[in-house]
Amino acid sequence: MLGEAIIKGMAVTAKNFFGSYVSKERLPTVQYPEERLVPKENARQFPFLVYDGDDWEKGLRCVSCQICEKECPPKCIYIIKSKDKKPDYKGQAQFYPARFDIDISVCMSCGICAEVCPFESIKMDTEFELSTGDRFGGLLLPKEKLAKSNEHYRKVHPTDAAASDAVLAAEIAKAEAKAKAAAEAKVKADAEKKPA
Amino acid sequence: MSAVAGANPRNFELLPKGDANGGELLEISMGPHHPSTHGVFRMDVVLDGEKVVKLKPVFGYLHRNHEKIAEGTSYLASMPYTDRLDYFCSMTNNWAYALSVEKLAGLTVPERAEYIRVIMAELTRVLNHICLIGFFVQDMGALGTPLMYAFRERERILDLFEELTGARMMCNYLRFGGVRCDVSESWLKRAGEEVVKLESFMDEFEQLVAQNEIVMARTQGIGVLPRELAINASITGPMLRASGVNYDVRKVDKYGIYDRFEFKIPLGEHGDLYDRYMIRVLEMRESVKILKQALRDIPDGPIMDSKAKLRGFRPKPGEAYGRIESPKGELGFYLISDGSPNPYRYRVRPPSFINLTILEDMCLGQRVADAVIILGSVDIVLGEVDR
Amino acid sequence: METLEQIKARIESAVPGAVITILPNESPSGQLSLLLSNSQALAVAKFLRDDSALCLDYCSNMTGVDWPELVIKNKVKKKVMFEGVEKEVEETLETVRPPYLEAVYHLYSMAKKHGPVIIRTRTEDRGAKNHVPSLTPIWRGCEFQEREAYDLFGIVFDGHPDLRRILMWDEFKDHPMRKDYVEPDDYEYEPTPHDEVVEKVKARQAKEVAP
Repeated sequence: MLGEAIIKGMAVTAKNFFGSYVSKERLPTVQYPEERLVPKENARQFPFLVYDGDDWEKGLRCVSCQICEKECPPKCIYIIKSKDKKPDYKGQAQFYPARFDIDISVCMSCGICAEVCPFESIKMDTEFELSTGDRFGGLLLPKEKLAKSNEHYRKVHPTDAAASDAVLAAEIAKAEAKAKAAAEAKVKADAEKKPA
Repeated sequence: MSAVAGANPRNFELLPKGDANGGELLEISMGPHHPSTHGVFRMDVVLDGEKVVKLKPVFGYLHRNHEKIAEGTSYLASMPYTDRLDYFCSMTNNWAYALSVEKLAGLTVPERAEYIRVIMAELTRVLNHICLIGFFVQDMGALGTPLMYAFRERERILDLFEELTGARMMCNYLRFGGVRCDVSESWLKRAGEEVVKLESFMDEFEQLVAQNEIVMARTQGIGVLPRELAINASITGPMLRASGVNYDVRKVDKYGIYDRFEFKIPLGEHGDLYDRYMIRVLEMRESVKILKQALRDIPDGPIMDSKAKLRGFRPKPGEAYGRIESPKGELGFYLISDGSPNPYRYRVRPPSFINLTILEDMCLGQRVADAVIILGSVDIVLGEVDR
Repeated sequence: METLEQIKARIESAVPGAVITILPNESPSGQLSLLLSNSQALAVAKFLRDDSALCLDYCSNMTGVDWPELVIKNKVKKKVMFEGVEKEVEETLETVRPPYLEAVYHLYSMAKKHGPVIIRTRTEDRGAKNHVPSLTPIWRGCEFQEREAYDLFGIVFDGHPDLRRILMWDEFKDHPMRKDYVEPDDYEYEPTPHDEVVEKVKARQAKEVAP
């Protein structure tokens, strides 16, 4: 019969229309910003720099190895290496970034920087409400704005942060063991030297 | 649609002065800002009344020389750029690129990663075909409703992607020799539930559209693509199979682990719009079959090749061409390495770009309103056409 | 499918005057290619398509590659008699690879489901003699791809039915995919962290002030 399929189609539309009053499946939209969806744990927006402790300048993990700058696909990271060194989380003297800028108007949130970083120092944030009145300066983030504490990282990506903490703890343990072994060897060597 | 007489005279050197009845031909420029052209795409059309006499596709408005950019960055840094080629199917783009680099560098992929890749690719195929059908029906004038239903389902799949990879569309998930992060048990369980929901949605959607008299009248026998022309013009994907050619890279090359799954290749008979629509509907059902098998069989194990290097990746000099069956057709990457960290030559074989070759042949003699649907059935994404 | 040597022998017997070279490929992919002479390329392509055993009816991919002039330095160890004593001396041999543009075609068979067979043609140089025969008359699928290679590489395909620019606009002069392409200096000034851009902007500002 002509029009039969059209009536069938209308039945589907009606099912969806009335269904939208009772079923979340048929009406999944939410009214942003009054209502918000729970953010996904893995969600990534723009990168930030992790620091340990309370002082961001002291605790910044970045050693300005510039791997992220090289690997960044749209080349939005800009690093100037420091002249002097400061102790890192292991107590080892390391360079630090004298300047670390990310142009988030260029950044495409791919997460390659976080992936290639060997020092667990650059990670992806979930902050997405970043609108600003200043088109140029407001979107060019210097390291003061990029630095966020490890507590923040634990809050936004608990699973990843735990893994990263474990990696760092293992590194510290390794460094300590090495230092201990070196100290013991030194004591031993000194002890051997003395009688002679 | 704006009537611009002599918009681009270069394209119409052979323009006849008038038709047999003494009437004048009308030359119009459809696009680039036109909702039916799926992006910034233009068709220079010459009309005799309502009949299309000549049609030239014009594009490049979104051209950013993706290949040149990729030749200036490392192999890894091109991976997120491939997401942006065909922004509906970032996972399959990733796979095609990863496959070519793996061929170039001789990497192998662990079994679990292969399964994850298949799951991602088939979810992508479903979401691409769902959207395509939504747009296709919209091109026929069913404004909004079917498209929004399609987008609702697509959003569910994108939620799965976001949960796993951190991004809805620009997933950047595959790596050379594996995938970036492992899937959890809970994710697999949720994916299984979504697949079941997809099936019931497909039933509903078919009830809404497939038998519809208006859809049948607008699509059957329109925009016919003959089999020989389809092969000669390198048409691939659902377009080719709608013309009755049994050619699917998943079956021919058996890349990844596609030889382990049981699925059929739907074939059309007439090569018209309705066949192209129906092929996509059937392909989604086959994808669901593959998804169910893959989610059932996925083994434990590593997800990256131990030889794969994230930093300082330099393949030996040589070249490789790898191709996969993306939802739009055969997506290939041709790479030449000279031993440096950047590819010497990086070429994308974009399926929707090449499928546009026969747009004029299909539209000649049809009405201008049908040209819109014919373009819709080609399934182009301008990010890929223009690169 | 036959080996590349067999295909080469069969082409040479079927198409008189065809000069075919097998090009090596050191990558694990093992995809070797056939270099065709320009004069017989069309005939060879027709043979590849119509031959009943090969039946390469589907040209999957067509692209250009730019090979500018390159000086290849090879270090060779040589034994030299020096004051009656044999000595080993390292010598650097310089070979110059002439510049050319290359068109690459990846052929598959839809009927026999085999492939790829890769064929290549080369232009004489990158200047005025940048012509190769178009294979669009054999495989229509090359139509847009050859236009793209013409647009981005500047390879002129003789016998192409509609050779125009496809991605760049018609008035555009250069060929952007060539290795020696220089980007136009038309930056809109934006404070960017990127060194190169800042330098370019500074250079341009200095130029604007100077005259």
